Amino acid sequence: MDTSLNNDLITRPDSMLGRVISSAKLRDAVKGIKRIKRSHRQIRTENVFKKTLVIVALSTVVLVLGIMVTLAWQSTLSIKASGLSYLWGKVWDPVQDIFGAYPFILGTLLTSFTALIISIPFSFAVGIFLGEYFPNGLASNFLKNTVELIAAVPSVIYGFWGLAVLVPIVRSFETSIGVAPVGLGIFTSSLILAIMIIPYAASLTRSMIQMVPSNLKEAAYSLGATRWEVIRSVILPYTKSGLFAGILLSLGRALGETMAVTMVIGNTSLIPKNIFSPGNTMASIIANEFTEADHPVYLSALIELGLVLFLVTVVINMLGRRIIKQFTQE
Amino acid sequence: MESTIVKSVDYNAYFGDNHVVKNVNIEIPRNNVIAVMGPSGCGKTTFLRGINRMHELIPGATSKGKIQLNNDDVFDMHPIFVRLKIGMVFQRPNPFPNLSIYDNVIAGYKLNGIKLPKAEKDKIVEHSLTRVALWNEVKDSLTKKGSFLSGGQQQRLCIARAVAMEPEVLLFDEPTSALDPISTSTVEELFHELKKNYTLIIVTHNMQQAARVSDKTAFFYMGELVEYDNTKQMFTNPTDIRTQNYITGRFS
Amino acid sequence: MSVHIKYRIGKSRVFQVIIALLAFACVVPLMFILFYILKAGITKINWHFLTNLPKPVGETGGGIANALLGTVLLVLTASVIAIPVGILCGIYLSENRKSRLAYWSRLCIDILQGVPSIVIGIVAYFWLVKPLGVFSALSGSVALAIMMLPTIVSSTEETLKLLPDTLREAAFALGMPFHRVILKVIIPCGFSGILSGVMLSVARVSGETAPLLFTAFGNPYLSTNILKPMQSLPLLIFNYATSPYNDWHDLAWGASCILLIWVLLLNIFTKLVTRKWKVQL
Repeated sequence: MDTSLNNDLITRPDSMLGRVISSAKLRDAVKGIKRIKRSHRQIRTENVFKKTLVIVALSTVVLVLGIMVTLAWQSTLSIKASGLSYLWGKVWDPVQDIFGAYPFILGTLLTSFTALIISIPFSFAVGIFLGEYFPNGLASNFLKNTVELIAAVPSVIYGFWGLAVLVPIVRSFETSIGVAPVGLGIFTSSLILAIMIIPYAASLTRSMIQMVPSNLKEAAYSLGATRWEVIRSVILPYTKSGLFAGILLSLGRALGETMAVTMVIGNTSLIPKNIFSPGNTMASIIANEFTEADHPVYLSALIELGLVLFLVTVVINMLGRRIIKQFTQE
Repeated sequence: MESTIVKSVDYNAYFGDNHVVKNVNIEIPRNNVIAVMGPSGCGKTTFLRGINRMHELIPGATSKGKIQLNNDDVFDMHPIFVRLKIGMVFQRPNPFPNLSIYDNVIAGYKLNGIKLPKAEKDKIVEHSLTRVALWNEVKDSLTKKGSFLSGGQQQRLCIARAVAMEPEVLLFDEPTSALDPISTSTVEELFHELKKNYTLIIVTHNMQQAARVSDKTAFFYMGELVEYDNTKQMFTNPTDIRTQNYITGRFS
Repeated sequence: MSVHIKYRIGKSRVFQVIIALLAFACVVPLMFILFYILKAGITKINWHFLTNLPKPVGETGGGIANALLGTVLLVLTASVIAIPVGILCGIYLSENRKSRLAYWSRLCIDILQGVPSIVIGIVAYFWLVKPLGVFSALSGSVALAIMMLPTIVSSTEETLKLLPDTLREAAFALGMPFHRVILKVIIPCGFSGILSGVMLSVARVSGETAPLLFTAFGNPYLSTNILKPMQSLPLLIFNYATSPYNDWHDLAWGASCILLIWVLLLNIFTKLVTRKWKVQL
């Protein structure tokens, strides 16, 4: 701030202070000086504030880079030891230092895709119901809020409930179809996961369907199409990419889910033989063995699993988001 | 002898590469109402926002040249000082929705963290609202939110908010374009009152309004200041052919 | 002809019914879970349960005081870290929509949103547990704070973006410095949206277990030292639920019930409070 202005403000304080307040000139002058000091402080604070914002925004970038670097750095030991064969090595034997991630990759894919197949019809139904049939109304509000609550329940509670309720049910089901009645296993995990991921695709489907331009729908109605035909031949094709993004986001959630799966999957490092076998996912093996990993390569192998999990979920999520962004911009 | 309060010297404003205000030189005398008119996109609003340095808030906006307030270049001052001395009223009434009517009037003090005794605040509120002819209408509902008022009342509240800071100059950016005819005439009447204490610069695309309320008129076209003269002179005997065309409605 | 039309209309009706049935079928498991947890847990909750430490195996009774206090401390510490950072970052993103840093920061927030919680636990382990040489509540809180960030940032950004520019201009025209425009005008007008983001993120991390497994770790005793291991409700539920002892299962049911009620209340509260506090623009 240049001094001429200060002088100006001191000699003519009324220019800052205003005529209403001023009654005694001296008091005004004192106030004027105070006001200038205050304003200078304000300007300094303003600059500090602006810098703080930049630093904070920068720190989010640093944070994510830090996460990547930490994971990559800590996995180097395992990457050096096992190389690429880590990904399809079929044996996971920490005692002999043999680390193959294939059983867990397979377990993750099996649980996630089974869960997806079970849950998608339900999430799409919720999306279509709320987006097209009944966007408003008491029942719809109830449904919408309840489905949102599904996402709010902590996963450890799903796991506990699964252990206590679902496992016995699956066990008796397994007895009736003649497989080994364990109860714990990939199928049980998939069931729980299927419930947990419903809200993600459902809410996305709903908002995508609501974005379908009404003149498109009206065009179809005016040609004599029934409600279902409009949904099938106008709404669903129009929202195709959005629905796909919904599936991706659900999948991303299913891949990374840890606790509920850990509690009911049965925890074995063997390759699952079928969908009812016990197994492990990448997330659940980390949760189970991380604190038991007693030598560096073992720990590093677990972290490499985390790295793979991180990369896969990031790619899937970013892809989903990119599609949504494209869809909403059109 | 009228003294000059705002003076621009070779003022240019840009949005990125877009040159929207070109070499404007203008002297604005104290305690006058100046109308700035011209077709839309002629740079009149940009020029107005340049005076209290609001222009530079838009990303990519830059400017060149001088704008003087009492012979001090506003670009040598911190924008905060400039804006305390040059108040502004916008196209759409924009009272703070989270504040009461009372707090809206003294928002400039309250939100700037300037502590005033209650009695002084009351005085400022009553005085400012009286000046904008709103006191009688709202004196019983000062604690209500500003957004409950009608559009015309909201706009007068915004003028009161600017007046409360006791600036020297008041800028109006098409202040009546969002108002109904009755509110418009109330606000126009205010201008005559306000010019006793302040210098008013009013951007308008309404020629009749310019003719009704202003002492001097500036006509902008394609970013240039084409003509600047006493309003009467401008509307009866414009010197520039472009002004003549605009006034007689030969181009839009 | 008319038979064909009738068939099409009938088909449309049938699908409508199917969709409605499938949609409302989603409510069933949730209701079932809520009902089951409440039934199994509510009988376990009493004053003794809330104020005592867990008993060792074989002794009946005992409570979850350590986990309750631990959860409160963990979430509180995480909030202290994440709320200011998240809101400030949201402000930066809404104020500098097109800057290069905003692009990268937004991208990173999107990435964070999708990172599995267990991975965040691993990272917190290497950042805080290993260097300090001890499992600690602080490391758990940092992990939770990282998980809270994306929700807070994006809700802040979305809310502030929707506020009209005229509001900022009005404030700037009164000679207010940038920080006051933001703190005194913009934030108060967007308060309800920001608050809902904060509350949802608190609800979310209150039930997080995975990032705490190798950070806060758990602790059978009462601890208020955030540089030492600490128990939390979800950790307690996990450890006791997977144990073979019925007494411990009972504790876990009670804890689940409390956690569930807390999370549901937060969610419902968010809806009510934010609707009521919304500033009319």
